[in-house]
Amino acid sequence: MSLSSSLSNLSTETSPMAQATTAPYRVRRWTPRAKITVLLFAVAVAALALAPAVTGAAFMDRAVALFVYILLAVTWNALAGYAGQVSVGQQGFFGLGAYVTIRLSDAGLPVFPSLVVAALVVGAIALPVSFVMLRLREGEFAIGMWVLATLFHLLVNLDPLIQGETGVSLIALNAVPAETRNLVIYLMALVSAVAVISAMFLLLRSRIGAALQAIRDDEAAAHSVGVNVVRTKQVIFVFAAFGAALAGALWLAGNVSFQPKAYFSVQWMAYTIFMVIVGGIGTFEGAILGAVVFFLLETFLGGYGVWYLLVLGASAIVMALGFPQGIWGYLSSRHGLSLVMVGRHLEAPETEKSGKGSGWSADG
Amino acid sequence: MTEGAQAAPPILSVSGLGKSFGAVHALSEVSFDLRAGEAVGIVGPNGAGKSTFLAALTGAFAPSTGTIWLDGADVTGTPAEIMCRRGVVRTHQIPRPFGGLTVFENARLAASFGGPENGDADALAYGALKLCRMLPLANTQADRLGLLDRKRLEMARALATSPRVILLDEVGGGLTDAEAEVLVEIIREIRASGCAIVWIEHIVHVLLQVSERLICMDMGRIIADGDPQAVMRDPAVMEAYLGQGVT
Ligand SMILES: Nc1ncnc2c1ncn2[C@@H]1O[C@H](COP(=O)(O)OP(=O)(O)OP(=O)(O)O)[C@@H](O)[C@H]1O
Ligand SMILES: [Mg+2]
Repeated sequence: MSLSSSLSNLSTETSPMAQATTAPYRVRRWTPRAKITVLLFAVAVAALALAPAVTGAAFMDRAVALFVYILLAVTWNALAGYAGQVSVGQQGFFGLGAYVTIRLSDAGLPVFPSLVVAALVVGAIALPVSFVMLRLREGEFAIGMWVLATLFHLLVNLDPLIQGETGVSLIALNAVPAETRNLVIYLMALVSAVAVISAMFLLLRSRIGAALQAIRDDEAAAHSVGVNVVRTKQVIFVFAAFGAALAGALWLAGNVSFQPKAYFSVQWMAYTIFMVIVGGIGTFEGAILGAVVFFLLETFLGGYGVWYLLVLGASAIVMALGFPQGIWGYLSSRHGLSLVMVGRHLEAPETEKSGKGSGWSADG
Repeated sequence: MTEGAQAAPPILSVSGLGKSFGAVHALSEVSFDLRAGEAVGIVGPNGAGKSTFLAALTGAFAPSTGTIWLDGADVTGTPAEIMCRRGVVRTHQIPRPFGGLTVFENARLAASFGGPENGDADALAYGALKLCRMLPLANTQADRLGLLDRKRLEMARALATSPRVILLDEVGGGLTDAEAEVLVEIIREIRASGCAIVWIEHIVHVLLQVSERLICMDMGRIIADGDPQAVMRDPAVMEAYLGQGVT
């Protein structure tokens, strides 16, 4: 008898509370609170989808910025917070997303599909890149990504279409009436943010997500229990590149003009890191919360110039010193708060013993 | 090392195994055969290379010298994740739980990645927790566990992969007599299922309750291997333990 079959048997036949064929346990993947959260999320998305009917261009313009921040924060959190690969070069994919959009549009592809296709193209480029970059460890990886972003920037500048740092505009957008344009971009950004949030949610609940959480907690241990660490990281690397590229393409759509320096700027990284650290790195909810916090700070303080930057810097320092787990990390560890359940809860008679101590000293 | 008198061919076998960390020779010229279902104890003073030996067996790192065979096939340099899927798994001396996951999720993860191809991961994880008497803690987040429970989790997680060879690195340290008795019972159950065991432990009398073969390591080498009583009386072993005191 193999250990495999005897372990499985333990869970059925030999268990005293087993009722003939039914397993003596149940694995729950949803809590009432998680269901309510998903429901509220759906309601919020529906409200945002209908919002253009009652709001103006200014609202939609700002909202696109929020959605772009969410894309950046959620995907960088997946890469740095879960896969442990702290990239400071996502602006490379961000800029590339915008650049490829310009190229596709110039080649005659309709402008709105270009945005999504560009992100897919960049994701495809990221796959071979991942083989090289993921060989680098920690600090090397961070620096390597930054170098890669710089390299992308230089290469894009070589393209005569871009006219160096002068840049170009996504001229195809001018053919679309302003009102339609705003609406379509707004809806595309909304759908993108929702899609990436949902993808992250489903990813975390999948096999890959379990592997990802294990890698986040202890990479060597993940290795030792059979997790293919490199392949898991590759999936996330490509996902993060796709997210950053989609963000870049949407940013271009909202701002029309493409100046390489502005898109390949390390400032995008600084903002993204701020969002994720403040919200709670390595937590699903934290990245989204951080993007919202950053967006609100920018919206209400952005006009104050230097003061705004001071507030950003100060809050980053306060968070780093006082709440290194971020807002969400703090709430969830202090109050056991978890809105969306991505785990597995075991229900069995033996687990009901209030969780005090294992059965080691007591029974045998 | 042991004479191949027994009928069954070794499931896991190494020869000339060596590992250096810079100038430190943590392991040198180690040769060893493990038969299916066998239970082997390993003792040796601190820094003898016991943990390094187990780590090398599971492919945690490639050895500097030597060859490892699994089922007669050369698996030297095969990474730990693949060794695990092929049935060789270890626990870590300093526990390495997935702190953000619950005890059940830890075990389930191991079952689903390191376990059999089409295995029922829920059932394997449940079975491993039950065997290790950890069901009452199933839904506790692993980073809330104390050291002893973390060690038990190491064992449960390794068992959830339904290994053919399990390598235990000091899972019994710090236990009371009653707890040690439960541990022995568990390890006997693992053995009864046909899984081979290599168990490092400083508490020799506990070790001897389950192993019919004892290995003593010192300074990166196997200095004695065979019948436990004979090994304990071996002059080289007494020498190695001089001033350390064997329990
Ligand atoms: N990763 C490493 N880098 C450098 N040296 C190491 C490393 N791992 C182990 N060593 C060294 O190798 C030697 C053997 O260590 P090992 O942990 O295998 O001993 P051990 O027999 O398990 O000891 P203990 O009983 O204390 O657990 C020690 O001198 C140790 O310092
Ligand atoms: Mg050791």
